Amino acid sequence: MVPRLARGMRLTEDRTRGRLVIQAPERLFVPDETAVHVLQLIDGARTLDQVIDELAQRFAAPRGEIATDVQEMLADLMERRVVVA
Amino acid sequence: MTPPPPIGLLAELTHRCPLRCPYCSNPLDLVRGSDELSAAEWTRLFHEAAELGVLQVHLSGGEPAARRDLPEIVAGAHAAGLYTNLITSGVTLDEAGVRELARAGLDHVQLSVQDSEHTSADRIGGLPGGHVRKMAFAAAVAALDLALTLNAVVHKQNLDRLDEMIALALRLGADRLEIAHVQYHGWALANRDALLPSRAQLDAATALVARVREELRGRLVIDYVIPDYHAVRPKPCMGGWGQQVIVVTPRGRALPCHAAESLPGLTFENVRHSGLRAIWYESASFNRYRGTDWMQPPCRDCENAERDWGGCRCQAHALTGDAAATDPVCDLSPRHALVQAAVVRADASARAFVYRQFGNAPATVDA
Repeated sequence: MVPRLARGMRLTEDRTRGRLVIQAPERLFVPDETAVHVLQLIDGARTLDQVIDELAQRFAAPRGEIATDVQEMLADLMERRVVVA
Repeated sequence: MTPPPPIGLLAELTHRCPLRCPYCSNPLDLVRGSDELSAAEWTRLFHEAAELGVLQVHLSGGEPAARRDLPEIVAGAHAAGLYTNLITSGVTLDEAGVRELARAGLDHVQLSVQDSEHTSADRIGGLPGGHVRKMAFAAAVAALDLALTLNAVVHKQNLDRLDEMIALALRLGADRLEIAHVQYHGWALANRDALLPSRAQLDAATALVARVREELRGRLVIDYVIPDYHAVRPKPCMGGWGQQVIVVTPRGRALPCHAAESLPGLTFENVRHSGLRAIWYESASFNRYRGTDWMQPPCRDCENAERDWGGCRCQAHALTGDAAATDPVCDLSPRHALVQAAVVRADASARAFVYRQFGNAPATVDA
């Protein structure tokens, strides 16, 4: 699976409020810190496995735990059509 | 208390439009083309807006594509770093036109439809052949892989075909469907008897949406809000007066709400002469109904005061004659019976549309 932001979604810096946001048609998603790490790796090139590998390495955490978190987050974002695969 | 910075800019690029929808939110007193802000003026404004904290610009009208310099305006918004949303009727842009806008940095297209099939859609929109052109436009948007929202404007003359409008959204490959009940300002208020749905119609539509939303989860996002006249609590109009959005009219007036010019005793700054930051934080107009200090009972001390901000000032004024009154949509308002009476009157009415066009405004609007 190669996840990517759905068309019309843009991860951008909100300088005025000091945060990253996902710009979406007539709405705004404000991802938490964990989600930001995941979203920055979702580029339509990396596979889901590669995203998980990279996060497991970066945070020196058990791969299984990271995998569960990432999959849950992605399922939610896909249901809201923020991410597609 | 310092207000938050604005998030959105609604840029009304022009009041010109080939459609004549009787529910248009534009004021009855339409602006002629010659007074419009130039593309350079809009671009300067987009940079000011981004600097102030605005993230999204909604390019609206009238029909924004009635302006030949729309690509330049989109490019200006994109260069300012704004998320650019085009709110269009889709009847004037061909495939080359859409391609040019996509190249200029357009992020999203919102296409309005008047009904699910062309006979009724063209009658409501007042433009023969309009619906077919919208379908061709949607195909061009899909071919470019641009994000598409279908905006189905619903009222008593088309609400019974909501299932067909949902099917249309799927067929056109839309990512999102906004089912927009008409809001009764401007031309829509003049046509209220011909537009306001009955309670039974509304309940059927609401049940349909609840069912379909579940079925289409992950495929099509559906936005749907119960319309004012059948609600018990008002909506936070524009997210609250001077809380989230700035509207700029074709000739540069900055408004807290697109109908705000209908309110008495307010003067609005013009972006040609005043900076947007000063307008947002310091102008008398943006501070007039900001926050809760201006409120009367029952809004004052109501636990919902900062949730719905007392509802819509323009609606309060149009229906009660007092812009600082509680929006009569609220069932806590002493004037709530006005809204209930309007529903009863519309149910019994077979009034014809007053179409939106220059010089066609009724002398008085009987609210």
